[in-house]
Formats: sequence, structure tokens, C-alpha cells
Amino acid sequence: MVEHLLNENFDIENSFLIGDRETDELVLLDISATLEGRETFTQVVSDVAKAIAIPFTVGGGISSIEHAEKLLKAGADKISVNTAAIKNPRFIGQLAEEFGSQCVVVAIDAILTVKGWEVVSHAGTVETGITASKWAKTCEILGAGEILLTSHTSDGTRAGFAIDLTREIAQMVAIPVIASGGAGKPEHFVDVFTKGKANAALAAGIFHYHQFSISEVKDYLLSKGILIRY
Amino acid sequence: MITIIDYKMGNIGSVVNMIKKIGYESLVTSDVQKILSAQKIILPGVGHFDKAMRNLHELNLIGVLNQKAIIEKVPILGICLGMQLLSEVSEEGNSNGLGWIKGEVRRFAFDENSKKLKIPHMGWNTINPIKDSPLLENLNNNSRFYFVHSYHFICQNPEDILCTTEYGYTFVSAISHNNIMGVQFHPEKSHKFGMTLLKNFIEKF
Repeated sequence: MVEHLLNENFDIENSFLIGDRETDELVLLDISATLEGRETFTQVVSDVAKAIAIPFTVGGGISSIEHAEKLLKAGADKISVNTAAIKNPRFIGQLAEEFGSQCVVVAIDAILTVKGWEVVSHAGTVETGITASKWAKTCEILGAGEILLTSHTSDGTRAGFAIDLTREIAQMVAIPVIASGGAGKPEHFVDVFTKGKANAALAAGIFHYHQFSISEVKDYLLSKGILIRY
Repeated sequence: MITIIDYKMGNIGSVVNMIKKIGYESLVTSDVQKILSAQKIILPGVGHFDKAMRNLHELNLIGVLNQKAIIEKVPILGICLGMQLLSEVSEEGNSNGLGWIKGEVRRFAFDENSKKLKIPHMGWNTINPIKDSPLLENLNNNSRFYFVHSYHFICQNPEDILCTTEYGYTFVSAISHNNIMGVQFHPEKSHKFGMTLLKNFIEKF
């Protein structure tokens, strides 16, 4: 899975190339949408949807059924919610009822505190004090179809996924958990699947800057006996 | 020209985009007259079985679809829920399906001893071709497709099974009976493999 963070230089052709490089899914997050109080660009979603032919999740600042519907109509397959779900957990259930659980991804951002892994909101800028695993369970009960779990403690470090956080959440819920944050080399993916019990892994920087190709990571996983679709 | 039936069940945009990418034109419609002149039909769909059948009835599409599928025998491809509608009944609801391919649709049911798998079956999975069909040309059991579904088809006639897939047990992931075909997965989301399958449907039938 490859994540794209929106910025003004967002390059759709590049995302199409990524679609050709054995990517399994694409997640497009406008991470500062909530902070800056704007809705994710519908036009960008529509352009990307036209350029790719793989499952496509969109998130960032989505807080109403109408906005979600607009993005789904523009070509998104799944909607990812984060801060809006923390503010109003019933929103998860409303989305699931309207579009089906398979459409609803709850993104959980967590940091390691002295009390354990806790949820942060507003692109990681606000500490909520909510225990990450409890929140994950709540999301599942309310109708989330998947959890996109990002460790803000390891995000950007390239030092590996947060294995203990991932395992804690994966063992807590029965819905798929996508681990994100910290991937720096192929070995990290092996760890997050074997020790972390993740159902999928997401990375951005490692692929964007062409340090490793998706094929290289997949080849490595296969060589370690991890069953992946190739 | 590929006619895509629009009966208000889920996003059709990705099917349109994929066909365009392959180099063909499509027409998205719920207009009976336009469907009457269709040469090749795709029946997409995501959602609830009963609601889908209700929409087809309300849009007066059952008659024209029967005309095209049974009398004129134009090639028809059902995708996901569109495949399930080809059945006679579904455990998901009380409505009768189109009944073009003998069989029923049931929810995944894993026995207690086997590993508890997640429902819906969501993600990439491979196919095992059971019989030869131009639809599967250049595809094999390493070809992978994107699935999102909680229910699957059970064929009454084994000769209608086109391919199977493993998820907890072996289930039917594609069917075909003469001009009528159905795939449980989403070719429009399955990258080069899906592109190959749709190209086969367009060019080889």
C-alpha cells in the first residue's frame, strides 16, 4: 500500500506510475485539511481515480456524509476518517450505514506516552488521552471496516514500524489493521507482518524517494516465507 | 460500445475509466430504448441484493435485460453484486434474482474449527480457472484480483463454474453459461489482470 500526502506539487502521473509498480492500494490523505479547515480536493480525487485501477482510499477533513458521498462519486472506493470520528464517534456508524463497512476506514494516529499508546488528532498535533487499543475496539463496534494505524512516534524515522502498538491493536480487533509509520527497509515489513500481526502495511517515503521499489520489498517478503499477493 | 447498466447501485465510474483505458467507449444508462440496442452489457453493482432487484424492477429493466440475455444472447458480464443477481435467490434477501444461471447466493460461513476469517472477504486474491474460456485468456492461477464481498455464488450445475478462489474454503469466483458471465471480484480495481479480463470480454465475445 502506498500513501500519498497532498501538496501543491502533487503529481498525478507519478501516482499512476505507482499504480503500475505492483502497488496493491492507494491511500490519498490531505493531512492538513482538518487543521486548515478545508475539504479534500474533489478534483484531485477525480483525476487520480481516472489515472489508476486499484482500490483507492481518500481521507483528510471528512466530517459529513455529504462530503464522503462527493468523494465516493468522484471515484474513491473507501473513505478514511480520523479527527471527525474522534469528535463524533457516531459518524463512523453513519458512514457504515450509508455506504457499508467495507467503505469505512478509521485512521488512528497514536503516540507512545508514559501511560502507553494514546490517540492523537488533528494530524498528530492534539493529544486526546484516549487509549489507542480501546479506541480501535470502539471503531470496530461502531462499524469501521478497516483500521489504518499510524505511529506518530515512529513516523518519518525510517527505523521500523511500531511493532508493539500494531500487535496490541491487531489482537484487539477482528477487522484488518494496516500498519503505517516508520518503514525504512524491507526487513521492517517482515517484522510488522510476523511480530506485529498486521494485515497490511503502508509506506510512503521509502517508495516515494525510490530507496526501495515495491517489487524489492515484495520479493524480500516472499523470500522470508510471508504469503503476499504478487 | 459497451453498455453499462446504471441501476443506482454503487460507483460505476471506475468501470467506465477502465474501459476507456483499454481503448473502448461505454455508455452508462438506465434507458430501456438504449439498452435494447446494446451489443455488449456490463451489469456492475455494490450493495444489497434486494435493493438491487427492487431498483431493476422500478426502472423497468427486467424485461429488457431478459430480452438481451435470453432471447438475443448478447454477451453480458455481471460484476460483484451484478454476478450475484444472475442467481435464482440470495440468502441476503427475499427477492428472486434474474435466474439466468442456476444457483443461489450464500453468506460466507466458516466452521468453528477453522480459523475465524474476516467477513467481508476484502483484498487481493488469486483465481483457479476451472474451465477454458476466452474471458480468461492470458490469465492463470497467478492472476490476482480485488475482492470485496460477504456473499458468494453456489452453482447448481458444476459446468457453470468458471473459476474458484480460496477463502476459508473454495468458493466460486466466476461463472459462465453461454453468453452470460459473472465475476465476484472487481476487474475494474484489479489493475493489469482486471484490464486483461475486461479486454477479453470486449474483444473475444
